[in-house]
Amino acid sequence: MKLYDGGKIITGLIIFLGLVAFPFFYNIGKANVRPDPKIDTPAIKELKEKKCVESKEFMRAEHMKLLNNWRDSAVRDGSRLYVNTEGKAYTISLQNTCMHCHSNKKKFCDECHTYMAVNPYCWNCHIAPKEKET
Amino acid sequence: MSINRRQFLKIAGISTVLGVGGAPVINWLRNDCLEASHVLTDEKALTGKHWAMVIDMSKFETEEDYRRVIQACHSIHNVPNFDNPKDSIKWIWADTYEHTFPGQENEYIPEEVRHKPFLLLCNHCENPPCVRVCPTKATFKRKDGIVMMDQHRCIGCRFCMAACPFGARSFNYKDPRPFIKEENKEYPTRTIGVVEKCTFCFERLSKGLIPACVEESQKAAKEAGKEPGMFFGDLEDPSSEVRKVLGTRYSIRRKPELGTQPSVFYIIGGGKNA
Amino acid sequence: MLEKALVGSRRYWTWIFFLSAIVGIGFINYLYQFKHGLGITGMSRDVSWGLYIGQFTFLVGVAASAVMLVIPYYLHDFKKFGKIVILGEFLAVASVTMCISFIFVDLGQPMRVLNVLLHPTPNSILFWDMIVLSGYLFLNIVIGWVTLSSDRKGIKPPSWIKPLIYLSIPWAFSIHTVTAFLYAGLPGRHFWLSAIMAARFLASAFAGGPALLIILALIVRKLTKFDTGREPIQAVGKIVTYAMIANVFFLGLEFFTAFYSQIPGHTHPFKYLYTGLEGHGRLVPLMWTSTILAVVSLVLLVVPQWRSSEGILPFACSALFVSLWIDKGFGLVVGGFIPNPFEGVTEYWPTLRETSIALGVWALGFLVLSLLYKIAISVREETEGIEIEH
Repeated sequence: MKLYDGGKIITGLIIFLGLVAFPFFYNIGKANVRPDPKIDTPAIKELKEKKCVESKEFMRAEHMKLLNNWRDSAVRDGSRLYVNTEGKAYTISLQNTCMHCHSNKKKFCDECHTYMAVNPYCWNCHIAPKEKET
Repeated sequence: MSINRRQFLKIAGISTVLGVGGAPVINWLRNDCLEASHVLTDEKALTGKHWAMVIDMSKFETEEDYRRVIQACHSIHNVPNFDNPKDSIKWIWADTYEHTFPGQENEYIPEEVRHKPFLLLCNHCENPPCVRVCPTKATFKRKDGIVMMDQHRCIGCRFCMAACPFGARSFNYKDPRPFIKEENKEYPTRTIGVVEKCTFCFERLSKGLIPACVEESQKAAKEAGKEPGMFFGDLEDPSSEVRKVLGTRYSIRRKPELGTQPSVFYIIGGGKNA
Repeated sequence: MLEKALVGSRRYWTWIFFLSAIVGIGFINYLYQFKHGLGITGMSRDVSWGLYIGQFTFLVGVAASAVMLVIPYYLHDFKKFGKIVILGEFLAVASVTMCISFIFVDLGQPMRVLNVLLHPTPNSILFWDMIVLSGYLFLNIVIGWVTLSSDRKGIKPPSWIKPLIYLSIPWAFSIHTVTAFLYAGLPGRHFWLSAIMAARFLASAFAGGPALLIILALIVRKLTKFDTGREPIQAVGKIVTYAMIANVFFLGLEFFTAFYSQIPGHTHPFKYLYTGLEGHGRLVPLMWTSTILAVVSLVLLVVPQWRSSEGILPFACSALFVSLWIDKGFGLVVGGFIPNPFEGVTEYWPTLRETSIALGVWALGFLVLSLLYKIAISVREETEGIEIEH
């Protein structure tokens, strides 16, 4: 069976495969490091009980939804007090509550976000704590 | 089973729609909220049914009087300062009597009124046209009367800016951060492409504090041994300061003929015969 | 039928690549705007809508004008419009594409545009604008495509297309009424706060859109074998004439209300546009050009010997189109913001990048138009001689 326009087709296929495989070629050799978010900030060290607003497992999976709900409660409903599953109350504020303990955005928030290639734009507005350039 | 191109495209299209449409449905069905958690309002928070402000212009005499009040607001809210008036963002500012009450001016008003700058801000109208036109409810009216901004939802269409008869709204034509002199780390900035305006210090109200501009003007008055020039309170509370002032002094509002029912009242002249 | 857009003469491809280049340059400038914000335009705190929204407003009118062909042909059996209707429907598709693009490039946070659908707000006219524009785009794509492909096969279109065609008639009126409502209900903007806005919009739409259609039909006749015929063009010319008379009359009514009542809120915007206000008069030459062109085009259109001359008619239509483009696509929007709510004047003029982005959107529209027209013309050239029956 004759492949009409064979030259163009083969060339096109090679270019296409090259483009699709480019991300893999580009990252060969770069170690695929597991994200290691650090929770050794001064604020966390001072805490008696090393607990976040909710459990680690919950936060890992659901902090995005939690923050969305917080946003709607604080801005749209005017309610700024969050009572967690254990009955402890927290002020709803990304800047003043979350980032107060997790003041190391680069070594905490960005670790997983960069690994997952997500780019939340929260910090376009919410001021991230200033970090020492290490 | 032989299938022609048309059938294939139909099946592919319907599968795509079901797949893409199914995801949010499944998300919605998933229970993502924890059962025991809930949200409350802080006990300290100031609550009201209709927040309003009264500005007694007779108490504002020097430029410093205005500057302090404007600075108090703009500094804690990270309002950027642009040289170019085209991009300017202002939540509270000063302008002449003629510009504040266009159509009211006449040649014979007292010189001191003609040349006195007036304080302008969002009027938090009872019947706000900006809320009526917002296509996403990014600006909305709270139960306590504040016309609020949700900068997370704003798409930057600027319909609210066209609708506001008072020119109270500003748009972020540029990234504001390089133009903020000193950031207040406890309050966010905004980002390019969203509208902003005075929010009657909703974040302070939720902590039991009155708006920054009012607090600053009352502080300045105390320092100078004068009567305060700004009042804030709940119009639906007959014992509030604002009701007392409005009940004893004659007040006007901007562009009343438009029916927006502003919640910011101005007392123009000073003395007993105002 | 899409394949018909992919074969063409050298001239056709040169035109396509030329338009694509303008789209490309506009797109690059849009990326710059996306990064740096709308501050790269001439808009300001006082004049918060400018060229983009003006162009959108004008183009909604052009899109609505397809109804001026659909009503005679489908409602009143005016068989003479048989060949030209498809050109009107495809012009509507290209225009609505431009409208939606202009709104998109004007948004401060375009990535959030779906918020309008995720949080529906029926009291907001902008919400309804999104609904009616999308609906109209869908209607015209389906109607145009189905009727054209039926013609190509030499059969009658399927019966389910008829209700859609009938629906497109009030829908066309609705898109421009809704767009007018964006302006006519704002309490602070006295230049726009007039009941006649929607009527003015419709009149200028039914003048400007068909005028463009006449020019396009004549170009098509010159460049291809597709001839819509002399009589349809003359009939459209009459529609343009009456609509323009109504439009100019309505503008006169606005002038009367403003200047007889002498209310400053009404007179000041007119003064700014036509004589200048407080020393600012950047738009004055533009507005007077629009007025002169309107008068010239009306004279040429009203006199039957001139309107029926196919040498003079395109000139009259061009003058009319440019006149309305200035009036509606620029003067109307900017004039609403000047003077500002404090009776001050902040002028507006588009920047170079802003203009490039606007041209890019226009080129995109013409690209869509060219591709669709190529398909329509190819089909018509194929089916020449076969009677069209809808």
